[in-house]
Amino acid sequence: MTFRHLLGLEGMSCEEILYLLDTAASFREISEREIKKVPTLRGKTVVGVFYEASTRTRVSFEIAAKRMSADFVSLSASTSSVTKGETLLDTARNLAAMRPDGIILRHPSSGAPHFLAQRVECPIINAGDGAHEHPTQALLDLLTIRERRGSLDDLKVAIVGDILHSRVARSNLHALRALGAEVRLIGPPTLLPRALREWAAVTSDLAEGVRGVDVIMTLRIQRERQGANYFPSLDEYSRYFCLNQAAVRLAKPDVLIMHPGPINRGIEIASDVADGPYSVIMDQVTNGVALRMAVLYLLVSGAQQEASEAQPVAHAPRLRRRAG
Amino acid sequence: MSSRLLIAGGTVVDPANGVHASCDVLVLDGEIVEVAAPGHGAGSGVDLLDATGCLVVPGLIDMHVHLREPGYEYKETIETGSRAAAVGGFTAVACMANTNPVNDSAAVTETIIEKARAANLVRVYPIGAVTMGLQGEQLAEIGEMRRAGIVAVSDDGQPIMSGELMRRALEYAGMFGIPVIAHEEDRGIACGGVMHEGAVSLRLGLKGVPSAAETVMVARDIALAEQTGGRVHIAHVSAAGSVELIRSAKARGIAVTGEASPHHFTLTDAAVDGYNTNAKMNPPLRCESDVAAVRAGIRDGTLDVIASDHAPHHRDEKDVEFDAALNGIVGLETALPLALRLIAEADIPIDTLIRAMSTNPARILGVPGGSLSVGAPADIAIIDPKRRWRVDPAVFASKSRNTPFGGWEMEGQAVATIVGGRVVHRATISGRRRKSA
Repeated sequence: MTFRHLLGLEGMSCEEILYLLDTAASFREISEREIKKVPTLRGKTVVGVFYEASTRTRVSFEIAAKRMSADFVSLSASTSSVTKGETLLDTARNLAAMRPDGIILRHPSSGAPHFLAQRVECPIINAGDGAHEHPTQALLDLLTIRERRGSLDDLKVAIVGDILHSRVARSNLHALRALGAEVRLIGPPTLLPRALREWAAVTSDLAEGVRGVDVIMTLRIQRERQGANYFPSLDEYSRYFCLNQAAVRLAKPDVLIMHPGPINRGIEIASDVADGPYSVIMDQVTNGVALRMAVLYLLVSGAQQEASEAQPVAHAPRLRRRAG
Repeated sequence: MSSRLLIAGGTVVDPANGVHASCDVLVLDGEIVEVAAPGHGAGSGVDLLDATGCLVVPGLIDMHVHLREPGYEYKETIETGSRAAAVGGFTAVACMANTNPVNDSAAVTETIIEKARAANLVRVYPIGAVTMGLQGEQLAEIGEMRRAGIVAVSDDGQPIMSGELMRRALEYAGMFGIPVIAHEEDRGIACGGVMHEGAVSLRLGLKGVPSAAETVMVARDIALAEQTGGRVHIAHVSAAGSVELIRSAKARGIAVTGEASPHHFTLTDAAVDGYNTNAKMNPPLRCESDVAAVRAGIRDGTLDVIASDHAPHHRDEKDVEFDAALNGIVGLETALPLALRLIAEADIPIDTLIRAMSTNPARILGVPGGSLSVGAPADIAIIDPKRRWRVDPAVFASKSRNTPFGGWEMEGQAVATIVGGRVVHRATISGRRRKSA
């Protein structure tokens, strides 16, 4: 059995996650070379389809693809036939008819990558779907933590911010739980639905939440949430949930501060924390390229299929069974 | 020339007359003329319908369907919807007003009645809009539509957010003795949600509709019914809290009735997993405790009616990302077998089910049928409760196939549907248990 798509981290085992991270770690060195290119995916075509604005993720995937020598084509909803009313399915079918070796999809509707995975003959990589999952972001977060700490054992992680709408939080939650980490979710009750208590400890007290943790992940607050009455104002939000030096001091002395970007300085994270000694935010960005190289390698190269045909059990974790 | 039909060898279940016994039913010129212990010889000139091993019940009445005509004939027509009804054992349906144009005028009501007459299958009772264009702003001409033949009013699909307007509707509809059928959803609380708010919506990252979106409106409309003395029928109850509100309102003597849809007593929000758009409906599938409460509501009569909320949609309207998919499923051809499952799964007697699927809808809408009384029109369903079959949407009589029940193994099916003494549906014999002659 091989994995064919990367749709999410829900249901993925600890071993599968570690296998992905190991693969990514082995690709990190390529980006340190003078000639940052290997021929691994030469002759492969990867299409990035972005129905939502994205700078970091899109560029990261593009650089990852190009460092692997894949041809990378990307299109965004605002410049494509989407504006002419073409459905997601029709767009994807047309793209698939051009025989790409992988489609990277970012979409505002949760489940859009799953929808495509069931309908087109091509590996689908989820680059963020609605409020559902953003698996490569969570994997690069874990890669960064492991790189800094040396291991992912006995982790205590606090995630602060808009948990309700965050696909980054969901993917991290699934992965951290699979790894056996202790997770605390912090935010105003309006952004911490009650059902979360089945998954993790929840609190609206930032100090209590970050006390003694190894990692603090801060989440971007979407400015438009302000108008939807999840909190009265960004000012008031920041008074209670902005990660500042005082809060950081309550965590472990070697705490790692993370943020998936883009940052609202002074709202969810203080500038001196984002730029301070505990911040690994730029490491996250660097690791994103290696992680995405690994994902493309496993899904697009065909290497995994060949390996698993030779050795059905030993290699190659199953990320998602082939649909249908 | 008179026509005579003898339905022999079956078990008559006629809750309106308190009958549950082996009886033969004799039909003459479209009317029931005798229900008596078996032993009739099939005299000469009598058509014999062998109902051995079957239940003979008053024709089922689905008081909540969307036939889509006029305006959305690509989803369903009055003819295809009527045929689906006949296949499902229904001898009458009441169709909602959210067509295009909306059934908010006598002209549209007359069109529907005309088309139904041409289809000549089951009885079709139009439901008029409460408000012009379902806009929730101004009362439609309820009296004119009543003269043309509506049996109730409803803005189904749209809640009536103005409490003042709902109050006036209840008062005004009372003049014609017809109920207001309420789609209970506080749009503010629902806030654009696409499924039940709970652990599943959280996991799938889909926006949730809390149960309170329904219960607050049920509470409001019960209070308004009490205030006005008007008659309110709560459509497709999905939440445990709503069942409890209706139960206590009935205990206080308020004129409220309640309705359950098969999907709400069969499925939970877990069916949405995998982003299954055929599990997307409004109100949404809720959780285990809600399913249990809806079943308990049917069992004790708090929910008077089982109605399918048959909502056909074209494939292209469901084969999209979950957020973009339209709400609703077809139900006419699966409602009866899903209801029959409640006998074993929820300890609900067949008599209660037939009351909910025939007797009570007839009473609430004030339409003929709902009983096998002598002199009543011969609207009859013959159900083989043991017939095993697998749901295959490809062979639905309905024009649409949007169902989450495709591939389900069912036990029990209508094998004959009789409207006014005329057999409008007869199941193919394959799979039918037959006694050799």
